[in-house]
Amino acid sequence: MSSMKEVNPMVLGIRDPVSLQSLAARITEQIAQGEQKPFQRVIDVSSGDPHRAGMPPLSFARQVLAVCLYPKLLKESSFPVDVRQRAEKLLGACNGGSVGSYSASSCGIPQIQKSVAEFITKRDGGVASDPEDIIFSSGSQRTLKLVLHLLSSGQGPTQTGVLTPLPCPHTLPILLDEVGVKLVPYRLLEERGWTLELEELHRALKAARRHCEPRAIYISNPGNPTGHVQDLKTIEEVIRFAASERLVLLVEEVYQDSVFGQDKKFLSYKKVLFEMGASYSERVEMVSFHSISAGTMGECGLRGGYMEVINMDLLVKNFLTSMQGPCSPPVLPQLALEIMVNPPSPGDASYEVFTQEILQKVETLTQNAQRACEFLNGVPGMSCQQAMGLYPCLHLPAEIIQEAKRSGLRADVLYCKKFLEEEGVCLGPGSENGHDDENYHIRLCISAPAAVLEDVLKRLQSFHLRIQDRHH
Amino acid sequence: YSCKNTIHLQYVNGKKKKTIKNIHCLSVFIFLCLNSQGVRKSYREVIDVSWGDPHRAGVKPLSFVRQVLAACLYPQLMDGDKLMVDVKQRAQRLLETCAGGSVGSYSDTAGIPQIIQSVSEYILRRDGGVPCHPENIYITPGSQWALTVTNILKVLVNSEASPRTGVLIPVPCHSTTIVSLTALGAVAVPYYLSEERGWALEVEMLQQALDSAKGVCNPVALYIINPGNPAGNYVQSRKCIQEVIHFAAEKKLFLLADEVYQDCVYGKESEFVSYKRALAEIGAPLSDTVELASFHTASKGLMGECGLRAGYVELVNLDPAVMKYIDNLFSNSCPVLGQVALDVMVNPPQPGDPSYPLYLKHIRASLAENVRRVEEVINSFPSFSCQSLEGGAFAFPRVFLPPKAIEKAKAGLQPDTFYCMRLLEEAGLLFSPGTEYGQMEGTYHIRFCIMTPTDTMEEILKRLSTFHKQFMREFILFASATERETK
Repeated sequence: MSSMKEVNPMVLGIRDPVSLQSLAARITEQIAQGEQKPFQRVIDVSSGDPHRAGMPPLSFARQVLAVCLYPKLLKESSFPVDVRQRAEKLLGACNGGSVGSYSASSCGIPQIQKSVAEFITKRDGGVASDPEDIIFSSGSQRTLKLVLHLLSSGQGPTQTGVLTPLPCPHTLPILLDEVGVKLVPYRLLEERGWTLELEELHRALKAARRHCEPRAIYISNPGNPTGHVQDLKTIEEVIRFAASERLVLLVEEVYQDSVFGQDKKFLSYKKVLFEMGASYSERVEMVSFHSISAGTMGECGLRGGYMEVINMDLLVKNFLTSMQGPCSPPVLPQLALEIMVNPPSPGDASYEVFTQEILQKVETLTQNAQRACEFLNGVPGMSCQQAMGLYPCLHLPAEIIQEAKRSGLRADVLYCKKFLEEEGVCLGPGSENGHDDENYHIRLCISAPAAVLEDVLKRLQSFHLRIQDRHH
Repeated sequence: YSCKNTIHLQYVNGKKKKTIKNIHCLSVFIFLCLNSQGVRKSYREVIDVSWGDPHRAGVKPLSFVRQVLAACLYPQLMDGDKLMVDVKQRAQRLLETCAGGSVGSYSDTAGIPQIIQSVSEYILRRDGGVPCHPENIYITPGSQWALTVTNILKVLVNSEASPRTGVLIPVPCHSTTIVSLTALGAVAVPYYLSEERGWALEVEMLQQALDSAKGVCNPVALYIINPGNPAGNYVQSRKCIQEVIHFAAEKKLFLLADEVYQDCVYGKESEFVSYKRALAEIGAPLSDTVELASFHTASKGLMGECGLRAGYVELVNLDPAVMKYIDNLFSNSCPVLGQVALDVMVNPPQPGDPSYPLYLKHIRASLAENVRRVEEVINSFPSFSCQSLEGGAFAFPRVFLPPKAIEKAKAGLQPDTFYCMRLLEEAGLLFSPGTEYGQMEGTYHIRFCIMTPTDTMEEILKRLSTFHKQFMREFILFASATERETK
């Protein structure tokens, strides 16, 4: 009988997740059973899950996928011509013409690898991308895990470390625990809008080397949760830093198509790398990640993502591709990926509707970002940087902090818990993103219909003021 | 970590030299040859039955499940009469369980609660009323070894421990098992299934395996595949299962029961009994203490939806404190569409539902016919011997290779791999060699999937017969390779 003492010590070391979402689920259940609450339903804006918040999916994507699943629809005239043509093409790429077959290779369907490579080449102004460097998996997290497995080794002072931004995506700390890798934080500079500073990287690395072996640096650009978009100078500095310190660059770029409404432009690390000349472009090892969960697709539930592996030793890359060996990635999300990198073109039957839907999302997101930032900056005790992410800093009254200590919770978690119970809105506490000191933050996803966000903001304002009043 | 069966062959193809790494790469290569260079072969296309992938082999998917999935993806499909009433009802019910009413949202990490409920009800029905608790069920993205079993084993296996952790595995066994165990830092301890008795599992072999582990590693778990893969011939009887359970209890082994082919039982005397049910029937104290994890998936069986990646595990008798850690590990939610497929699998159309007639008219009938034909044809060759097929998706006949063939192969290839490569090149059939699954020293086997349309199976058997006769003639009648070349 396995008991606690026989449990693998590494598993015991995985930190506990904050369980606000299960509380949200419980409250939803209570509402369904007729319990009275000061709100009609729970609004969850704690993760980048646009559909959950009420954003509609892209019609073209859904139509193509539906036809792929049920090919009889190829004859259905109510579906636009280009939808049916695309579905036919995609089904042709699947074994046995069915999305139910395993992918041809453990890295994914070859034609789709090719589409993705073409997309990357075009995006990067001609910097070539090799389909063999593209590996699919079920979501960017899983692809990241594969790479981390390769890097992970050692224990104690020889344990592999990964330099990680603070704040970082909230799922990252647990993932690093699971793989047995040490998280080494480098602080992003809040006052400047969450920028990445070179001196901070040096400091973090030096401190890390005292108790682990840092082998990689994780970048999130555009930043999650901050929304900060890195400029050319920063990217070049990071690349030089990684090159001279021999760190593998793990670049998560899943929000690359959500940069608008500012003077910022998304620059891919790969493009910048290749513009820095052969001494960098031929040596720096980099893996960049993208997924269908983020941006305008927002198809988190489909679980699809890919990584592009750059300058990896061929033997190592072989291990990487065979690690996924027995479990080929699911087919449907790969098809969704193909649609993401290859949307309808001008002249196609679906082009107008598609462009309109994208425009609507862009408008919503831009307005949301601006509105939310202005609004929250007007709330005493809150301050928010202007960006595509919503990650305001909170001033919490001493009493909340003490109550939290007494209940064994972090203060921002307690704050979010109370907010959820009193106003029915689920936010993310900054401690999940790595802020585990008195620097309290909360995290909100702006990918929601404007009316929903407005509701959330108003409730947040009234709750925050109440909290501060209560404890005066 | 070593790649099993890595074969390096240099094929010159006009401008490019390709290095073929294993038999699957060879098949892709041949496919390209056939299509591009107009290279002459006696066949038009390669039939790939090396995977348990019915759709690849040409089986059409179940309409009901695909219609429900399409409707979930694109709810506008439900307007009008394109779809039958029961399809719409199911899609609507499932969409309501999704956050924001969309399959594009993240689901709970253990799985959508209503679908877990459906699964637990299915298990309850299947096991004749043995209680099933939803909290013990986790829905996972298919592939047992990728995630499900690995997660369970992660808890049990400490890769830094000395002696290392061991897991008993059957021989033959599907190849992903050994790879995954090695990746975890565990040791695979083989127990041999008894071919002459139709690949039966015998407790004495389990004991032998344990004995062989003494001083080498510390076995903590026993992995069972029932119905078997590749040797689906033996569907374990209730008596056998109970013996195994007693053995596991005595030796304090965690039972990992891979039951993904539970829907594929066609032997006339055979009946699938789940390990959970057998355990419950044994009664206390074993039924409250023996730890069991049992696995099922939508990839196998009659659904064959491998590409959708959805499965589940039910955990029995685990220490609640340990369950908390298992909970933490299953942190990556399963694709929602896969969960929808799972719901259909455990809750198919019933008599009276409009979709029921179409649902019935499916693979079951052709499977029975395939089994009959395979046994007939294979057993007509003295150099083949096939145990009677009772369950699972594969045939795993033994092939008696002539000494000259074995000799010829020894130059870098296993003899059965050599046979399969020739089979592929000359007959366009892609089978898997027994080497990939483990077999008794000096014996050779081939594995192929039998879940195909009946006419495909006829074609397969025809090509196999022709090839086999030629192959045997070549290596029995001709004294040397050079003699063959001059013919």
